This record gives sequence, structure tokens and C-alpha cells, in this order.
Amino acid sequence: MSEINLKIDGKDVKAEAGMTVLEAARKAGIDIPTLCHHEKLEAYGGCRLCMVEVESRGWTSHVVSCTYPVAKDIVVRTRSEKVDKIRRVLIEELMAHAPDAPELLRLGYEYGADRNRYEREPIFCVMCGLCVRYCAEVKKEHAVGFIENGPKREISFIPERAAKVCWDCQECFTICPTSYAQAAYLLTEALAFPGQRNAGGANSRTIPIQPCKGD
Amino acid sequence: MTKLQSVAELEKLRADILARRDPARTCIAVCAGAACDGLDSVAVADAFKSEIAKQGLADKIELRVTGCHGYCEKGPNVVAGPKDVCYFEVTPQDVPGIVAATLKGEVFEPCVYKDPLTGAKAVHMNEVPYYKHQMRLLTGDNIRIDPLSIEDYIAVGGYAALAKALSSMTPDEVLAEVKKANLRGRGGGGFPAGSKWETTKNAPDKTKYVIVNGHEGESAAFMDRAMLTGNPHKVLEGLIIGAYAIGAQQGFVYTRHDAPRLVEHVKAALAQAEEYGFLGENILGSGLNFKVELHFDVGIFVSGESSALMRSIEGNAPEPRPKYIRTSVQGIWDKPSNLNNVETWANVPQIIAKGADWFSGIGSERSKGTKLVSLSGHVVNSGIVEVPMGTPLRTLIFDIGGGVRDGKSLKAVHFGGAMGGSLPADRIDATLDFDEMSKLGAPIGAGGLLVMNEDTDMIDVARYLLDFLTKESCGKCVPCREGMWQMLKILTNIAEGRGKKFDLDRLADLMEVTSLSSLCALGKTASDPLKAMMRYFKDEFETRIAEAAVGNPAGSQAK
Repeated sequence: MSEINLKIDGKDVKAEAGMTVLEAARKAGIDIPTLCHHEKLEAYGGCRLCMVEVESRGWTSHVVSCTYPVAKDIVVRTRSEKVDKIRRVLIEELMAHAPDAPELLRLGYEYGADRNRYEREPIFCVMCGLCVRYCAEVKKEHAVGFIENGPKREISFIPERAAKVCWDCQECFTICPTSYAQAAYLLTEALAFPGQRNAGGANSRTIPIQPCKGD
Repeated sequence: MTKLQSVAELEKLRADILARRDPARTCIAVCAGAACDGLDSVAVADAFKSEIAKQGLADKIELRVTGCHGYCEKGPNVVAGPKDVCYFEVTPQDVPGIVAATLKGEVFEPCVYKDPLTGAKAVHMNEVPYYKHQMRLLTGDNIRIDPLSIEDYIAVGGYAALAKALSSMTPDEVLAEVKKANLRGRGGGGFPAGSKWETTKNAPDKTKYVIVNGHEGESAAFMDRAMLTGNPHKVLEGLIIGAYAIGAQQGFVYTRHDAPRLVEHVKAALAQAEEYGFLGENILGSGLNFKVELHFDVGIFVSGESSALMRSIEGNAPEPRPKYIRTSVQGIWDKPSNLNNVETWANVPQIIAKGADWFSGIGSERSKGTKLVSLSGHVVNSGIVEVPMGTPLRTLIFDIGGGVRDGKSLKAVHFGGAMGGSLPADRIDATLDFDEMSKLGAPIGAGGLLVMNEDTDMIDVARYLLDFLTKESCGKCVPCREGMWQMLKILTNIAEGRGKKFDLDRLADLMEVTSLSSLCALGKTASDPLKAMMRYFKDEFETRIAEAAVGNPAGSQAK
């Protein structure tokens, strides 16, 4: 595997070809915030919080580090006035939906976000897609998916699949940054297949539901 | 029909087709383009059919139902005879008169063009003001072609460019010609097509794809549909030439599922091209193997974006994917894939047939050839216009478009659909040029030109365009999904007289972050119209907000 030298925040960093800037930075102990990234999942590029400034052959551009491949001699800046502004506005936009999510509060504090800057519509989901992608890519179950598009987009558990697999798994509940995956599941369960948790041999799990994040 | 095995066989077929045509037989072309179709040109065509049958004139008059003629405002359009006598707003009742006049070599006066002010008549196509300022290199053949007939296309010289490329040029020479012509992509970006081809050609993978982007979801744009419906073989010929130059074995036509006539024509064109040997194995004996598959969109705007379109062809949801590696290197199934717009492909045959020097002699310094423009809005003449690049907008709006309707004055023009921009009336001496228009903040985009009169509320226009894009966002990335939604809320508040002073600051932040950080071109350019509004019409926003502050909501809702 060939080694690539690049600079991140003034530090000389060695990375392997094929790595992303985010991977190289984290390996070097440099933090870049993310909401939709998960090491077990294919890079998604949805939350855009991991945007950084990249200088390559004299050109400066803003790229998402979770998908941008490392390249020889590029100079990466993980913080700049512009990068911080992008992150602040993105966090403010998400806080309109999930004003009390701990991860957003933490990031909001760091980037000086005002959670009341934009009109609120609490839907408690930030559409990071972790649950959807984890279920599809790691569990290969496709029990939860996205429906609709644009601002109407939401996650939706598919009752036929969820009734069979979710109670014994619940892994997406733990990776959800806002607890919404769990809430959406419970609502689907209550409406579409109530009272079946212990009906079959497979549905024997008794692990309690996660405490709600942000309470 | 047995497959054509060589260029000589194609030329023999062309000669046969022309020899079979009786020069004494006059052709009457009835437009069946989308607008004329909507005005029931089918009834007009049927009336011609029955009139010809009733009088037993089949040997004297040939009826041809064609693609779009261009003058949508005055449909149904009919063009008759060898001198192209133009008839407008034709009804079935006019048909006997037109037939009788055509037989006698005369003109049926009630349906010819009359100047709305002077009453002066214009009879032939090259005299009608709407047409005479145009240069119809791509659309001019539409009146001569039944889109369902490959022989009509061959009769006007179709597939000669392909034959030339295959028989006398190497793939490298074809590419060099397209590069030299400086053909720039007509889909929106104006990126040089030759460079894009070269990237795909040079990508190491041997499996390569070429794709026609016929999605055309841009609001106020309807020329690609007219091109592909009216002359599908021209686009296909361009695609096959491109496949030869690039080294692609497979092509796709990606187009709308909701335009039945378009679908019918493209399907027929693909089947006929295969039947005649322009598609398939060993095309015209050259050794080129190339197949084309038709693929339909899924009804959302963003599926016209290159990476989303390719995801869609793969059978995935048409969501853009992050692309720091271009689709021309890693596209469909990660294979090099060259995507060009309908109009870009349609330009290829003439570049090969007439040469790069001829092509680059047309247009402005950095934008060559002609451009199709969909003209609509508060303009006297709506329709599809083809003019050389570098034509002043004033010519488009006044000489061709006939000015603003109902005697009103011009306030602004909007170019480039929902991701374009508006220019105030005092800027219309700008010319139709990719770079000039981009610099002014009204990029040509695909070519939808919307004319707006003095009564237009620019805040409402901005809100309308943003509403469209917000609904069309796929919702994958935060800045596009959330940023536009917030911008729309703020704009709605301003428009309805609830604007606050700090709204303009919030808008500025949202515009900046949405364009800097969105995943695909939809989000990146979604705020461009608003940026242009802020550049040229900011006072309207400020006035509306100031009025709201003193409790005098003059919002459009209150009107």
C-alpha cells in the first residue's frame, strides 16, 4: 500500500492511498465533527458537518472530508472562518428540528450556534440515515427506510420487516443521535403490530428500551 | 429491411428514397409538438387526411405529421408546399381552403401571419418575423420529418455524418473535431463536451457508457423534449458518433416517463436504427458494436443530475452521490460514463458533417453554434427558438418574441429555470453567451427564458422558484433540505408582509452555506435566483420589510 503525505492543520500526516481525509485526520488524532458518519458504513456525505478547506495545486475548495480521498501534498484546514460558519449554520438548521439533542447541543456550543435562529419545527430526526444504512448495510434487513423527499423526508419502519427483526436487534437505537429511531419504531409497533413482542420464540429479548437522549 | 452493411449501401438507400419521392407531390406538414398537440392539432391532421381521401388527392398531396415547428404561440402550425407557406392557428374548418390553395400553388389568406400592429402579411417561413431572426440548424428539419420515419431522416441527409465518421475518420479524429469545434454542453454548465469525452475515452476501464440526458426537468424549459420528440434520429446519430469516438459499447437514453409521444418516438427510432443497422453489431461494416437502451426517470427533478441519473440507471434511488471522482471516470456501475444533454448530442452530426471550422464560425467568441431557447412568460410569442450564440437578449425578446404582451413594459427576464437568475430590463443588451450570462448572475442553464412584465412581484418569483426546488430536493443532505426550507419560510414571511429586518441577514447566511456545502448541483445552485434577486432587486425586499415594520403589509397575499 503506497503512503501519501499531506498536511492537516499544519501537521504532517501520513495516510494510505484510498483513505479519506476524515480517516487520515482521525488517525492523526485530529477531530472533525460528523453526524452521519459511521465506520462500519459506506460514506454518505449527508450531514456536511465534516466540511474542510482543501488546498490542492493552488486551488482552495470546500469539500466533505468523509468522501474526499487523500492526495499527495494537499493542505487541509479543518477549521477556518468559512468552515466554522458552514458548521454553525448547519447545526442551527438541525436544531430547528431537534433543539435538545445532546450531540447538537455540544456542537452548537462549540460553534456558537443559536438554536432559535431559524423557525422551529421539532420532528426530532436529523435525517442522518444511520438507522437506515446500518439496517441495510450491516444487518442486511432493510427494516427501516426513507420515505418522501426534500423537507418531507422521514424515516419509516416497514411493519412487515420490523415485526420480525427489530425487537431482537435494536442496534440502530443506540447509534441514533436523537433517539428518534426508537420512537419511530415504537410508534410503528404500537400501530401496526402491537403486543407481539413475546409471541414467538424468536421474540424473547428483554433488553430495556434506551433512555431517551436529551431528557 | 435488411441491415445496411456499408456506407455505399446507405448512400444507395438514400438515393432510392429520394427517387421514390414524386416531385409533383406537395407536402403539408402538420405540427404535433407538445403545444400544437394541446391545441388539438390531431383534429387538424385528421381533417387533412379525410379531405385528401375525399378528393382522391393522395398522389398530389402528402400529409406529414411532424415534430415541433417552434412557433408554439400560434399553433396549430401547418407548413405547406415547397416554398414553406406558414399557416397559423389552423382549425379543421380551414383545411379545405388550405388544400385548395396548395393545389393551385396559391396561399390561403385567412391563416397566414399578420403583423399585430401594421397588419402586414408574411407568407413564407423566411418572412415570418418569428422565424426570420433565427438560425435553425437543429430544428429546421423538423418540418420535413415524420419522427416515426427513419427514411424521412435519411432523406434529409441523416446518418451521413455517422457514415463519414466510420468510413473516413479514426475515433481520435472524431474527438479532435468535436474538441476543435469547442462544443459546450447544453445541459446547463457549458462544460466543453470534447474534454468530457476525452476523460471517458482515456479512463482505463474498457467498458464505457454514453448517455443522453433527456430528463429536462427545468421549469420553463421545453426545447429538449421538442428536439428529441421531433427528430430523435439526429440525437441518436450524435450518440453513435460519440460512442465511436469514446469507445463505448453501450448507450442509454434517459428520458421522461410522462411524455407519451416522446417515449413512442424514441422507442420507434431505436427499433428502426437497429433494423437499418445503425445500432447493433458491426455498424455499417465498420466493426463498431453499439447498443442503446431506453431508461425512464422516476418523476423527480434531481434525477436529471448526472450522478443521480446514473444511480437511477443502476436501479437505485436517484440520489446524487458525493463525487470527487467524476462520473466521466466512474459513473454507471463505476464504469466511465459520458453524459451529455439532448441538444449537445444533436449538435454532433453537423460538426462531423460540416467540420469544426464551419461550426466555430457560428456564435460568440467562447460559445459556439446555435442554442435552443424556450421562450415563455409575458411575451407575445411563446415557443422554441434557435439562434446563434451571442445573439442579444433584446433580439430574442423583441424581434423574435414580439415584445411584452398586452402593451406592458418589460421588468425582467429570467434565464435558466429554477437554478438560474433574473436580470432587470436594462440588462437585455447582454448576449446569449455561457460566460457572459453566468457573470451577470443569470446562467443560461438549459435554456428556458422567462419574460416578466412590469406587474411582476420579484419576491413572489423568488418564492415560486424556491418552492419548486424545495419540493424537488431529494432530502439527502442537510444544507439543501433544511437550507431551502428555511429560505422558503423567510421568503414567504417577507412576501406576506411579515418580514423582519434581520431576515435579509438570515437569508444571506442560508444562501452562502447552501451553495458552499450542498452535495449536488441542485443545492449548490438553488439559491442562485435569490442571489440575482438580491443583486438587482434588493430594494423590493427592503421596501416590503419596511412596510411590514410600519404595519402596512403590501404582501402579494393581501393584494
